[in-house]
Formats: sequence, C-alpha cells, structure tokens
Amino acid sequence: MDIDMSVDICGIKLKNPVIAASGTFGFGREHAGFIDINKLGGISVKGLTLKPRMGNRPPRVAETPAGMLNSVGLQNPGVHYFIENELPFLRQHTAAVIANIAGNTIDEYCEMTEILSDADIDAIELNVSCPNVREGCIAFGTTPAGITEITQQVKRYAKKPLIVKLTPNVSSIADTAAAAESAGADAVSLINTLLGMAIDVETRRPVLANNTGGLSGPAVKPVAVRMVYEVSRTVKIPVIGMGGIFCGNDAVEFMLAGADAVMVGTANMIYPDACIKVCMGIEQYVRKLGYSRAADITGSLEMN
Amino acid sequence: MSKHMTNIITGIAEIAEGIFRMRISSGYISANAKPGQFVNIKCCEGNDALLRRPISICSVDRPGDTYDIVFQKKGGGTGMLAGKKPGDRIDVLGPLGNSFDTGARHRRIAVVGGGIGVFPLLFVLDDSRAIVRRSYLGFRTSKLVVLENEFRFRSSSLEIATDDGSYGTKGFAPDILRRDISVEDFDMIYACGPEPMLRKVSQLAGEHNIECQISLEQRMGCGFGTCLACACKTANGEDGWKYSHVCKDGPVFNSRSIIFD
Repeated sequence: MDIDMSVDICGIKLKNPVIAASGTFGFGREHAGFIDINKLGGISVKGLTLKPRMGNRPPRVAETPAGMLNSVGLQNPGVHYFIENELPFLRQHTAAVIANIAGNTIDEYCEMTEILSDADIDAIELNVSCPNVREGCIAFGTTPAGITEITQQVKRYAKKPLIVKLTPNVSSIADTAAAAESAGADAVSLINTLLGMAIDVETRRPVLANNTGGLSGPAVKPVAVRMVYEVSRTVKIPVIGMGGIFCGNDAVEFMLAGADAVMVGTANMIYPDACIKVCMGIEQYVRKLGYSRAADITGSLEMN
Repeated sequence: MSKHMTNIITGIAEIAEGIFRMRISSGYISANAKPGQFVNIKCCEGNDALLRRPISICSVDRPGDTYDIVFQKKGGGTGMLAGKKPGDRIDVLGPLGNSFDTGARHRRIAVVGGGIGVFPLLFVLDDSRAIVRRSYLGFRTSKLVVLENEFRFRSSSLEIATDDGSYGTKGFAPDILRRDISVEDFDMIYACGPEPMLRKVSQLAGEHNIECQISLEQRMGCGFGTCLACACKTANGEDGWKYSHVCKDGPVFNSRSIIFD
C-alpha cells in the first residue's frame, strides 16, 4: 500500500513533511549537485535581509560534542537578489519554497514581507531569533511581548502564510509560541539554535571569532523534542519541529511529540542526501505501524 | 562534479610522527581530481566526529584507480581516520573546490609549501608541464620532514628549511625563495601552508610581479558551499572587500585577491 506522505501546513501542501532548514541548504544549488531536490517537501532558504550582508569574521564554525556552533551571521545577497537570481532556479523544482527573513527593525521585516508577498514563494518564515547578529533580530524573539509586536506588524503586510521561528533561548517557549499564535502567525517552527560557546584552551580564546554561536546537531535534539511537545500542546496552529534530525526515527520523535512537519538542518551539511533519507525513514515507520498517512502519527505520543 | 560515495582504503602508513599517508580506491576521484582539490571525509559513523574533515588530495594514480591523501593526526576525527585499516570503507564527498592552474603556459614554476601544506603541491608537480620546477618546503623540525624523495624526484631542485635548523637550511621556505626569485624568472608560484608563510610568498610574488596561486585553510562546515562557514576576505572592486568561501570559491586563490588581516 502506498503511504500518503503529504502534509498540509497552513494551506501549503507539502508532498512530504521534510523541509530543509534555513542556513543549511543555501538556495538549493549546491545540494542539487548531489540529490534530486524535487524529493523534498520544502526548502527554507538561507536567511534573507533587506540589503546584502557580509556576515561575521571567521572562524564561523566550531565542532562540539555531537554538535556544532556556528556564527555565520546571516551572510546573504539580499532579498532582491534572491528574487531575481535564486528563486527562478528553485521554482524549476517542486519543493515548496519558504523565504526565511531577518531584519534589523520591524520596518525592515515589514518591507521584506511586502516584497516577498508579491514573489512566487509559498510561505515566509520570520527569523526573530538569530543568535549571531548584534542588531534587532533576536531581541524580537525572546519575549512574548516582542513576538506579539513583530508578528502583528508583519502580518499586516503578509499575503503569504507566516511562520514564526522560535528561539529556545527563553524561559518558556510555550509562552512565545502562544504569543505568535494570538498575534496571527499561521504556523511556528522550532527550535532555532541554542546560544553556546567553545573555548580553545591553548589560546585561551573562544574558537569562534564572534565569541558565541548557535548550537545545533544531535546534541540539541532532546531539548528540541521537549519544546515541540510543549508548544504543540499549547497552540492549535501547525508546528514544524527541528533540532538535530539525522534519520527517520529522529523525525518521528518530533512528529509523535506533535510536529506536523520537520526541518532537517545540520545533517544537510554532512550528508547531502539527509532530507531524502529522513523522508524514507518516516515512510518506513508509518508503514510499519500500519497507518496510511504520515500525518496520522503527528501527536500520537502516549505519555507515561 | 563532486559526488557522495563510499571509498575503500587500500593502504595506510605513518610517514612521519603523527603524519599519515592513506591510499584510497576510487576511479571517479582519481580520474576527475585536479591539483588543489580536496575530499571531505566522515571519519566515523555517528556523532563522535560530527563534521567531515577536509583533506587535500596529494596525488592520484589514474591507471590504478586510487588517490592518496596525507593528514596529520590532530584530534578525534583524524585520530579515528589514522586508525583505519586497508579494506575499511570511508564516506567521502569529492573532489571538492577549485584547483591550481597548471596550464602548459607556465614554464618556470616555484612551489612553496609549509608543514602539512606541502601535500597538494606534489599533485601540482605531477600535473605541471613546466621545464624549470623549483620546490621550497619548510617544516618545524627534522622529524616532521616528509615526502622529501617524492618532491626531489618531481623537481629541478628542492630546498628544505626547518624552523630550528635541524635539517636543511635554518629558517623559512619563503626566505629561500626570496634568494632565488630575482634570478629565476619564474612565471608562476604555487603556495600552500600556514598563513604567515602565504603572506610572505604573496608579498614576494607581488614585488616581482609574478603570478601566484595560494591554497587557503579555514574551519569548514559542509565543504561544498552551502553553509558559508569557511569565509576568507577577498578584494572586491577598487578598495572594497567581501567574504569569499574557501571550500567553493577556493581553496586556491590568486594571491592578489586575498586580503590578509
């Protein structure tokens, strides 16, 4: 029997629940050299800013136990360049395109949302939680009031579904998720990276030139699963779960905890075919359980 | 085009203290790799060394369908790689990055290498059709001197320098290059090694108006251009600069385009 892998996330029909996470898949070109990117449910593109951004000084990456820290700092060619030069390539493929955006001010988020609402994209993901840039950005994402303010403002300009990406660097992610929902978010995605630091004991300096960076990879998965569980019990809008997903069963954990779809991030950098393997693994699990639809496993966790 | 594949190790030997030469079977990489390119290796299954380790290709044996890498055992990842045996399988992305220009118009070349940066230069010498080929290699100390015979066999002349003077000339490879550069009429210099060395070589090449290609190192995430971690400063327009990426725009750059901080 064929398993129906498709999922519906706030009106976007994805052919399967696996989305490449922002910042780990560029604009799809590099991975397209290794895999058929038509097999992905969606692609959340490298975080876009209104103007091109240089990014942070190197080193920008440090390996840590079962994880990595990054402080790329949103290096990107800007939203206009994306629409003119990268989006047409993505649109030759069938994966849904999610535009991940970050701004220095609420006005910038609104302007980008207005621009992207007229572009051929499927959804906008608000990055209000990048830990690697000094200005704005994370400030909006760390309090329910900040989330409410930015979501309400941006929503006025959004003609596309609005996904708010939540940071784990808060005392209650259920509270920030609830704030996003009541301010008009169509979905939430979580978790962004955990703020971390690695130190070179020889030089007595942080490994990253930016001193701190965002932790991702298998090390963050239990934290992420717990947060997805809390958020999915709190909000009614769709939840996209991510954090250290490397295989099908990792993704299944998130779906059982309540995720309607998942994003694969760090794994893309190590295994170019990670998203495809994750998708196959989810399908195998659904088949083994005798369900006909991938969506059937969402939230089917039984608590002890 | 680079591919994601499983390769089989056919040989491994410790050629100097903590320096390992590994021979790996792959018809695809041996046929397609160019000097300066690298492979990105997953040193173990699972999460112990999560990221791949980028290692430059030292030589290829096209009839034999193998390629060689040489690496220094530094930490967990390269430690696990050093423990591999012939017959073991490794997960490889490659060949990655751009390459040195070894075109036939370069007739009089110098290769300048430092420490573990010397290895891709062997591949340069294999590929080059130059008539005059002078090699200048620097190492910290005598017991870290590696591949001396391989370089000697492929070069018109070979000069070795050690920081402590325990082998060859005391000092640094660029200092010996400086001695020769005004009389040799080089039309290309290839360099790979630590940043201070590259800076000196670039400066010398600039002073003598000689084309110079240098291979850079930087901490990498993916190795194939998607994560943008391995940034390096390059010239952009008149006085400007931008961040290029070592894995995709490099690792080989024209020395004039690099801005050393």
